[in-house]
Amino acid sequence: MAEKVLMKGNEAIAEAAILAGCRHYFGYPITPQTEIAAYMAKKMPKIGGCFLQAESEVAAINMVYGVAGTGKRVMTSSSSPGISLKAEGLSYLAGSDLPSLVVNVQRGGPGLGGIQPSQSDYFQATKGGGHGDFRMIVLAPSSVQEMADLTIKGFDLAEKYRMTSMILADGTMGQMMEPVSLEAPELNEYDKSWAVTGTKCERNKNIINSLSLVPEELERLNFERYERYKAIEENEVMYEEYMMDDAEICISAFGIAARVAKNAINAARKEGIKAGLIRPITLWPFPNEAFRKAADKVDCFISVELSMGQMIEDIRLASECKKPVYLCNRVGGMIPSPEMVLESIKAHSKGGTK
Amino acid sequence: MTNKRIILFAGHYGSGKTNIAVNFSVRLKEEGFPVLIADLDIVNPYFRTKDSEKELAEKGIELICSEFANTNLDIPSLPKNMYRVVNDKKFRAVMDIGGDDAGAIALGRFAPFISEENDYEMIFVANFFRPLTRSAEEAYEVMQEIEAASSLKFTAIVNNSNLGSETTAEDIVTTFDETEKLSSLSSLPVLFTSCEKKLCEKIKNNGKVIFPLELQSKIF
Repeated sequence: MAEKVLMKGNEAIAEAAILAGCRHYFGYPITPQTEIAAYMAKKMPKIGGCFLQAESEVAAINMVYGVAGTGKRVMTSSSSPGISLKAEGLSYLAGSDLPSLVVNVQRGGPGLGGIQPSQSDYFQATKGGGHGDFRMIVLAPSSVQEMADLTIKGFDLAEKYRMTSMILADGTMGQMMEPVSLEAPELNEYDKSWAVTGTKCERNKNIINSLSLVPEELERLNFERYERYKAIEENEVMYEEYMMDDAEICISAFGIAARVAKNAINAARKEGIKAGLIRPITLWPFPNEAFRKAADKVDCFISVELSMGQMIEDIRLASECKKPVYLCNRVGGMIPSPEMVLESIKAHSKGGTK
Repeated sequence: MTNKRIILFAGHYGSGKTNIAVNFSVRLKEEGFPVLIADLDIVNPYFRTKDSEKELAEKGIELICSEFANTNLDIPSLPKNMYRVVNDKKFRAVMDIGGDDAGAIALGRFAPFISEENDYEMIFVANFFRPLTRSAEEAYEVMQEIEAASSLKFTAIVNNSNLGSETTAEDIVTTFDETEKLSSLSSLPVLFTSCEKKLCEKIKNNGKVIFPLELQSKIF
């Protein structure tokens, strides 16, 4: 194993991207993810890569589109309002079936909101992110080590399925420091015969485009894309279960909220309350099966979020509304405390006041 | 550890300047001095001196920081009463400088006053477990960049090498050589090695001056 270093979450993403072979980064600074760009600005010139601070988020995502068309690994990063600006580009990337990695280190919203942590871009990330029928693979890290590991994984999945992988982190994950060990991964080789690399007059030209003049053709492309999405739902779901074996209350939380929830669960267990956690690591595809199974065992779900309960709809769908889903949340840049989550667990446990 | 009136902590970002500055100001207060702590960080949005506001106030340590610290206003501003650091000479002043040369720029406007008074210790905080300062040479480079940006020269080094909550005594011991190397590269003395209180016992037999750190408890 590689030796450990102390890194900020944002730095870990940047270094992991470089280890994963990414040599093209385009971005525009925004708190709380600016360290990604700062790290790339320092490192890329030293390793023959390209760091470019674009004139705007819109420009950056279209630069990503350009490099992605050549089949090279490319990424951009931003925070909530900046991701909204990139929405058009995300749709064009999807419509052209291009692999890319996009990082969202979320801050409080809506609008300009604030610079403190948030998870309120869940809908935006998991239900589209732009116009048209499309999906992004959404990965939710819960430690600095996972910021790095999921970045590497994200590049791989993006190439495998020719689509965008999004790292959906929050400001705290981006800013907090933890020890990480980083190693260059073995890279899988995927077919890139679609890439625009120059024909050398030896093959027909490749065209990267999201415009379809014939509706039947556009329909066919959409159907094909959704076949791929189906394969992803079957093969790429990731989640962690914590103390779920005998759980009577199931907490659902991802990212920073899951860390708080674990502390609350440990405290609840000390008081004899059987609480457990399902932590989705892929937010899309959502771990439906885990929640469906849990619904037959537990009394209720509590979704711990830094949003107004955006994940609740997915929990209800996955659990087929068999058990109630309660919300324990803070928003606007605030983080629920373990005590607050414990109170919620107590209130909804058997004999609680509900 | 130093009798200077102004004690500045600067270094690569993430090296632990804020933790040391807060702990150092507490130490000075316990020694009976009136103490000011000034947060000059114009880089970091989270995890700032202001996080310790309550503890500092309870101990009677005055905190000067941006009125926008820990709010949603993302603006690199310093309050006007920051000048108390250089004007109010009855206080021992601890200054927490933002990371790297980018953070040290904020120090420039106070540098002429600090130089003129010439009663300061400017301390380079080194953490050799940070990826961009793994060696004495890399740390020395950062040191020179900070000096150029701040218009002030370092006078001492502290070794704050750590891996966060996973730090072991052995980890710290492995950084002693690099610290000595940085000391000879820069011709500056090593003031102390700092580490979490619980690790102090385990490294004290190495003949080093140890400065124990009380760290903030985490909720996640």
